[in-house]
Amino acid sequence: MESEIRNETLIEARHLSRRYGPTLAVADLNLTLRKGEILGLLGPNGAGKSTTLKMLAGCLAPTAGEVRIKGVSLRENPNLAKRHLGYLPEQPPLYPELTVDEYLAFCAGLHGIPRAARAAAAAQAKQACGLTGVSGRVIGNLSKGYQQRVGLAQAIIHRPPVVILDEPTVGLDPIQIREIRGLIAELGRSHSVILSSHILPEIQATCQRVMIVNRGRVVFDDVVSQDMRFDSVAVRLRRAPQAAELAALPGVARVEELGEGRWRLGVAAGADPREAIAEAAVRGGWGLIELRAVQKTLEEMFVELTSGEEPRNETMGEAKAA
Amino acid sequence: MSNVFVIARHELKRIFVSPLAWAVLAVVQLILGFVFINLLIDYARNAEYGDQFTGVADYMGGALYGFATIVLLLVMPLMTMRLFSEERKSGSLTLLLSSPASLTEVVLGKYLGLVGFMLALLALLAAMPLSLLPGTDLDLGRIGAGLLGVFLIMLAFGAAGLFVSSLTREPTIAAVGSFGLLLLVWLIQILSYQDIPFAEVFGYLSLIGHYEDLRRGLFDSSDVVYYLLFTALFLWLTVQRLDLERN
Repeated sequence: MESEIRNETLIEARHLSRRYGPTLAVADLNLTLRKGEILGLLGPNGAGKSTTLKMLAGCLAPTAGEVRIKGVSLRENPNLAKRHLGYLPEQPPLYPELTVDEYLAFCAGLHGIPRAARAAAAAQAKQACGLTGVSGRVIGNLSKGYQQRVGLAQAIIHRPPVVILDEPTVGLDPIQIREIRGLIAELGRSHSVILSSHILPEIQATCQRVMIVNRGRVVFDDVVSQDMRFDSVAVRLRRAPQAAELAALPGVARVEELGEGRWRLGVAAGADPREAIAEAAVRGGWGLIELRAVQKTLEEMFVELTSGEEPRNETMGEAKAA
Repeated sequence: MSNVFVIARHELKRIFVSPLAWAVLAVVQLILGFVFINLLIDYARNAEYGDQFTGVADYMGGALYGFATIVLLLVMPLMTMRLFSEERKSGSLTLLLSSPASLTEVVLGKYLGLVGFMLALLALLAAMPLSLLPGTDLDLGRIGAGLLGVFLIMLAFGAAGLFVSSLTREPTIAAVGSFGLLLLVWLIQILSYQDIPFAEVFGYLSLIGHYEDLRRGLFDSSDVVYYLLFTALFLWLTVQRLDLERN
């Protein structure tokens, strides 16, 4: 953690709250985005994801709290702070009657790119978003996937350090979703990205850090990686030994028999007993036919965190340790 | 400040990309051309109008521009209705709000784009009386005052329409609303004929009262200031309205 703090902080939101009349859409939300990070904002519909992103992008004033972008307060100096931002709202902000080139030239000008550099900036954004072939087409005639790309091109045309994307793959077909995901991963190399979604695999596939929001509150905020959610091992044996023998293996914390030779072995914190199990099975002639780590998916965490009344933060600590 | 021009150019382009602007220009030109020809025939038949007090510019220009205000009252709401409401409906307003341009720059930019359209309309209005130049001794000052009056009226109509457009997300409602607002401010003049307190104040507030003098070729700076204040007030209200939306 220490080394991460030393990295440049690009977005810092402190105690952000937003009310819509009597409804509290976002309550006391803290968010930090560091350089080079892709942060996924995950939550069920109506959890306050879009509201949060709108506040970060300066389109909505928070009822309480403050947003700083590269250290510049969005409240005190909005125009300077917004220079560092690229924002793609849920509905891409397009002018259907303009061509892609006309639209991008306007966006470049709007973000303060000098006239001489606008064409180059637009060309670069088109290149990055795979739009070069549709330069002269009218936006209204493009497919939904291409329109989404134009929206994305608009958000990165001025090469902002921070890109905010609100549900960038909603309404796209599976191939387009894959393409946009690839694009976001690409973006993550040169920009910091905040991405919201209610689609779990999307977050899992693209983000390094996940924030789960439920009813306007952050219930989980941590790093995710492919192999960290593994807290039990599924084993299938033809000639199973006594449960005690399995429990005695190093790294096995709990043993649960599922029947028909299937076992679920709970893993002690920080241990990986798979090798020991395989060796013991060979020695004892247990007839090992299946052995795999059962990963705790983001989906399980998500359901666990968003369905209960009480957010359970402590389970996340355990999961991370494993 | 450069943001204002970027937005203005963009707005002007969007206005002229849409068929609405061309349709409006064509219909206005058709109607005013019809009126102009009528006036011309009328004037040629009754040459005795042209005494030492009323010249051809008075007759043609005055009547034409008087009629033009009524046409403008009908078409300006159509030109202003989409400015903010459509952007809000399509979500493209977010682009402007999340950009480094301030709300004042956004409003001024959009308004300036609209002013570009007004100038096109004004050019058509100027062209008709000026076409008489080769054959007559036209009083250019008189025509100029009339055109200035039309331009000021357009500025005022445009600002009010822009404000109404920022109130709603339905362009048609914005059109109906700004038409209603303009007609009301126009008709306030009726109150000045009634025997009621502050009758004169109502007369002064009316949009059309200040136009009469200019149409007659009388340049009074208080009339010009009235229209500019009216315009500034509604532009300021638009900025306030957009700021309110953010909160």
